Amino acid sequence: MIRFVQRVGQHGVQTLTSLGRATVFFARSLLWGGPGSAGFGEFIKQIHALGVRSLSIVIVAGFFVGMVLALQGYSILVSFGSEAALGTMVALTLLRELGPVLTALLFAGRAGSALTAEIGLMKATDQLSAMEMMGVDPLKRVITPRLWAGIVAMPILAALFSVVGIWGGAFVAVDMIGIDDGAYWGNMQAAVVFYDDVIKGLIKSLVFGVVVTWIAVYQGFDAVPTAEGIGKSTTQTVVLSSLAVLGLDFVLTAAMLGGL
Amino acid sequence: MRMRTVELSVGIFMLLGVIAMVLMALRVSGLTHSAQGETYTLKARFENLAGLNERAKVSMSGVTIGRVTRITLDPEWYAAVVEMEISTQKMRTLSRDSSAAILTAGLLGEKYIGLTVGAEDEYLTDGDWIEDTQSGIVLEELIGRFLFNSAGQ
Amino acid sequence: MITDPYVTIKGLTFYRSGRRIFDELDVSFPRGKVTAIMGPSGTGKTTLLRLIGGQLVPEHGHVIVDGTRLDGLSRAQLFELRRRKMGMLFQTGALFTDLNVFDNIAFPLRVHTNLSESMIRDLVLMKLEAVGLRGARDLQPSELSGGMARRVALARSIAMDPEMIMYDEPFTGLDPISMAMIVKLIKGLNEALGLTSLLVSHDVEESCAIADYLCILSGGKVIGFDTPDALRQHGNAEVKQFLQGDADGPVAFHYPASDYRDDILQGVTRS
Repeated sequence: MIRFVQRVGQHGVQTLTSLGRATVFFARSLLWGGPGSAGFGEFIKQIHALGVRSLSIVIVAGFFVGMVLALQGYSILVSFGSEAALGTMVALTLLRELGPVLTALLFAGRAGSALTAEIGLMKATDQLSAMEMMGVDPLKRVITPRLWAGIVAMPILAALFSVVGIWGGAFVAVDMIGIDDGAYWGNMQAAVVFYDDVIKGLIKSLVFGVVVTWIAVYQGFDAVPTAEGIGKSTTQTVVLSSLAVLGLDFVLTAAMLGGL
Repeated sequence: MRMRTVELSVGIFMLLGVIAMVLMALRVSGLTHSAQGETYTLKARFENLAGLNERAKVSMSGVTIGRVTRITLDPEWYAAVVEMEISTQKMRTLSRDSSAAILTAGLLGEKYIGLTVGAEDEYLTDGDWIEDTQSGIVLEELIGRFLFNSAGQ
Repeated sequence: MITDPYVTIKGLTFYRSGRRIFDELDVSFPRGKVTAIMGPSGTGKTTLLRLIGGQLVPEHGHVIVDGTRLDGLSRAQLFELRRRKMGMLFQTGALFTDLNVFDNIAFPLRVHTNLSESMIRDLVLMKLEAVGLRGARDLQPSELSGGMARRVALARSIAMDPEMIMYDEPFTGLDPISMAMIVKLIKGLNEALGLTSLLVSHDVEESCAIADYLCILSGGKVIGFDTPDALRQHGNAEVKQFLQGDADGPVAFHYPASDYRDDILQGVTRS
């Protein structure tokens, strides 16, 4: 029993320690250097690596999610005779929840894991040490531009996901099911409030962008520099950031619905 | 050369982001409606809003001509005060004795304000009150009245 | 013994995951000479280089580089010191995989100086010529052989004209020709630029060929520090065992264990 408590305590202390280290790491690399701390070109390159490369998966996923939402929504709403509200349902679901959350999960799997593997590999091949020995701070040079790029790319991806999803929903609702075009868009426009739904959704995705990228770069930077260690860290990135996104989503939603 | 393509693709990416924002603003949330052209404000008192929201439509003969902008409670009259913006372009002249009613789109749909035009030659101007109003129907009251009536028969 | 040390280490103690790597280590490395740090695997030779580079921080004790104590330096000061004085050649080369050979060498110049692109080009080509790879400037690191990668890395570590270079296992995993090239380069750079060189290696023969001094570490202590010849003749038994490469000696062939006979018999009685 005492040993169990001891082990739990030890684990807790370890978790807190690494959380503290991750926080210091975050502050150092983000707050002490703007996006251009490694030159603007590097920042652009990272937006390309994180944002542009995730574009196709986000767009395809968004389109299908929108189509499924429309199909499922129709089958529910038609039994209340309110299939005119389909556009509203699709748009609100995407803007408030699925857009930011699913994009963040896709982003964690696509860009986050790649980020961890890349930085872990740089560590394993002594590239980060080499930078340090050249008098170049790897935090500013490697981490900062990636963090910023993730923070910038994530809301854009989420916005694209939602928009593509809404059009995917329209495709199913209007072109396949045959709901009136005007009803789909008109009811949506009446119900969706730009500041409440669109902006709050984007704020969510911004927060998710910060958290997922942070977890990814920290896991890479903190990886055990072996093939096995990098593999472990990559998995850890996807697991931790998915959990963090879902957990934070609840907190953010509660805060926003509570009249933030 | 390679850097050029990277820059170009990032540029396109950013542009897509902007387009998505614009679409969400205009097409999805219909932000244009409240900011389209000149408007004038009318006020009306209702006994019961029955679920009318800010940003609800104001329509005449089924055509949207404006939006509800503000809902407050008048502490003297114990009634709700609804301020609505009417598009000058769509409906320049509303006669003084026009009436406003809170209606429901479909059986369980959203609430909106329906305006019915009166017969007078004088017109409502910015800040005027619509005197003749009809409250929204609350389902419980409706059922209550129905039961009361059938009990009386 | 050493009158003008470039690096001095005083009373240095360092633990890694609970294991003591160095215990009150005192050693000095002379200015302008090649010193080879040798010793059995796991004695912390590479760790020592990282301590000198300030990448690891000792439990207690000091590292003094060219008169500057590393403890007490701020992060920015430490980076400044490394930039001006130190270069390091990593075992893997540690080339930046997303940059080609030219850009790898230009990297420190671009970060630390405001030189024009044409000046940088001249400097990079000079460094590349010194390692004989001017023709390979457009190759990607993945297209280089191990020996070439190490030469490019060497060119990069001298890009900022450091006063000291630390070589971490520069000979490991190279074919004889590449090895001879690296040996020639280290010797040549030391003579031409008057660099202080610290060299971590297992290769007794190559190290003795280019080192002015050997520093033999074992069990967290310096067990011999002298010229190669002097150590061969007057070193203690363990030093001699290491230099001659004997399988058994003061460093036993067997990992400490209980008595062999008892161990075997125990298995018999149990089953």
